Amino acid sequence: MSGELAPNVLHFARILRATGIPIGTDKVIDAVRVLPTSGLRQRADWHATLSALFITRHEQQAMFDEAFARFWRDPALEERMRAMLLPKVQGRTPRAEAGGGRLAEAMYPTGPTPPKTLEAPPEITVDAALTFSATERLRTLDFERMTNAEWEQARRLVSRMALPVPEIRTRRQRPSHRGTRIDLPATLRRMARAGGDLAILARREPRMKPPPLVVLCDVSGSMHRYTRMFLHFLHALARDRERVTSFVFGTRLTNVTRPLKDRDVDDALAKVSAAVTDWAGGTRIGASLREFNYRWARRVLGQNACVMLVTDGLDRDDPQALGAEMARLERSCRRLIWLNPLLRYEKFEPRASGIASILPHVDDFLPMHNLASLEDLARQWS
Amino acid sequence: MDSDPINRVQERLAGANYVADRRLATATFLALELGRPLFLEGEAGVGKTELAKALAAGLDRPLIRLQCYEGLDVSAAVYEWNVQRQMTAIRLAEATGRDKASLERDLFSPEYLIKRPILQALEAPAGAPPVLLIDELDRADEPFEAYLLEVLSDFQVTIPELGVVRAATPPIVVVTSNRTREIHDAIKRRCLYHWVEYPDAQRELEIVRRKAPGASEELSREVVAFVQRLRAMDLYKAPGVAETIDWTRSLLVLDTVSLDPQTIGDTLGALLKYQDDIARLQGEDLGALLEDAKSRVAA
Repeated sequence: MSGELAPNVLHFARILRATGIPIGTDKVIDAVRVLPTSGLRQRADWHATLSALFITRHEQQAMFDEAFARFWRDPALEERMRAMLLPKVQGRTPRAEAGGGRLAEAMYPTGPTPPKTLEAPPEITVDAALTFSATERLRTLDFERMTNAEWEQARRLVSRMALPVPEIRTRRQRPSHRGTRIDLPATLRRMARAGGDLAILARREPRMKPPPLVVLCDVSGSMHRYTRMFLHFLHALARDRERVTSFVFGTRLTNVTRPLKDRDVDDALAKVSAAVTDWAGGTRIGASLREFNYRWARRVLGQNACVMLVTDGLDRDDPQALGAEMARLERSCRRLIWLNPLLRYEKFEPRASGIASILPHVDDFLPMHNLASLEDLARQWS
Repeated sequence: MDSDPINRVQERLAGANYVADRRLATATFLALELGRPLFLEGEAGVGKTELAKALAAGLDRPLIRLQCYEGLDVSAAVYEWNVQRQMTAIRLAEATGRDKASLERDLFSPEYLIKRPILQALEAPAGAPPVLLIDELDRADEPFEAYLLEVLSDFQVTIPELGVVRAATPPIVVVTSNRTREIHDAIKRRCLYHWVEYPDAQRELEIVRRKAPGASEELSREVVAFVQRLRAMDLYKAPGVAETIDWTRSLLVLDTVSLDPQTIGDTLGALLKYQDDIARLQGEDLGALLEDAKSRVAA
């Protein structure tokens, strides 16, 4: 009876996995179990059931919807679902590949040739050119490989580096001799050990922890020379610390936190390169900050986050709008640090309009133009 | 009796004055059917917490709520020994000369245990599990998330002095998050995920009718139209359903029969919570905006 259901759901799950949505086998089993009761009345229920089970982030919804529409596209599907006679799509899926057109690759691993169908239902149509996200001609940057020595140097730097952000007091406690709070349960245990006699009071103090860090890195044309070095720094930072969120911007903002999580720095930077569409182009700092303020600030600036803004501040947009967005950013984070490669020139004066509108809102203003300056930073901050 | 189980869930929730769309009802049905926690994410004020309350009311189960905050730990979420009472008991025992062995047994008995929400939810009688609402999990820190993972997968906690407490029937768990940070995938993978959207005009009107029954049909329609129009604008924080209800009630207190630009301007604080947004709207022609909103609904 349900002979066709399980293989189809399984296959659909495999396709989603290949697009990068992780789905546990338990979820697939649950789907097969529950679809006969929950999904047979409307196509929307079928969709809602699989969606609730298979996705874990709102961002995955678009990919899921697309895959769903393609996989269960048979127009006569609703009646056939009742009969559990679902169309079969043949072909096994390979491991996930990063990059555009992930869905296309996942569904049709061998290229754009339509898969052969066992029951050959003519309803299954296959777009020869499945261009899922490759519609936009992406302007990507090829990173040169950093030499091992350079990489090793950067890694050591970062691990030694104490950022100029003081640790924050959390609401968790840890045992301490000098703590101001008395730890009653621990004191009681001490007394018990001492055979019920008086014992020294056990004390606690608040646990300290580095705050979450949000990095906004300018990758526009004027920053081009420093971008590669700083992305290496970012990669090391993201791997070394917890709670680091990274964004890059030129004319628009891209969240590169996930790509940067890759253990291998070259793989990570290749993924970043694929994700970002505005390398070495113009700069719109104000607009990018606005996008950050509206779309991301509430999501990533919780828990006393500090913001590190990496840009030369050369912006041709409206300086007033930039000032307003900087003011908002300043209000929504604990500390705002500006790293500026131009600061190495001794006669640097903040006369450019963009720089003048950023400067009043930052807590720290520091140079950043090569590994040596990072080393200086490390020395200064530690 | 309706044979469609999703309809039944929808009706149950409607009985508790919660208007759920079919998709949310499906997710809720799955959570009940599969015994998986329901993970609700969405903007503030779209009715995530309210769903848990409605579910408890609709199923006639107790609601146990755990409000998360930074630093939330086992002693506030699961259990804590009442040390003050234990110490008093020791002093009393010394005074009366009671023997040590029986005292020790007594000191770590449930009598001295303070039960916090998670333990309460696990200890509920079999057959009628309560609804456990873990509210705003994004406010808690990562160590608590890791602990929760263990609770949600086994529905049991270990108290070293007493042993393992295991739920006879797992509670119905609803986890909410405002997304002020990402919750770890490990938690979400154990749950059914649902992104709660702002309701469409028709559903929001139904919500206003239920939650602000004093409002005239005309006023309700205007309010919903205006709020829906605001959501289409590029605001820092768009008004949620909670704000719609608040605003309608505020208008009722002011004896408003029909919306006009003056009243809207005076009561914007009930709808928008950021000065930038309020300033922006005060710069707009509210009359034109209202007309536009009405015409959109009529269309």
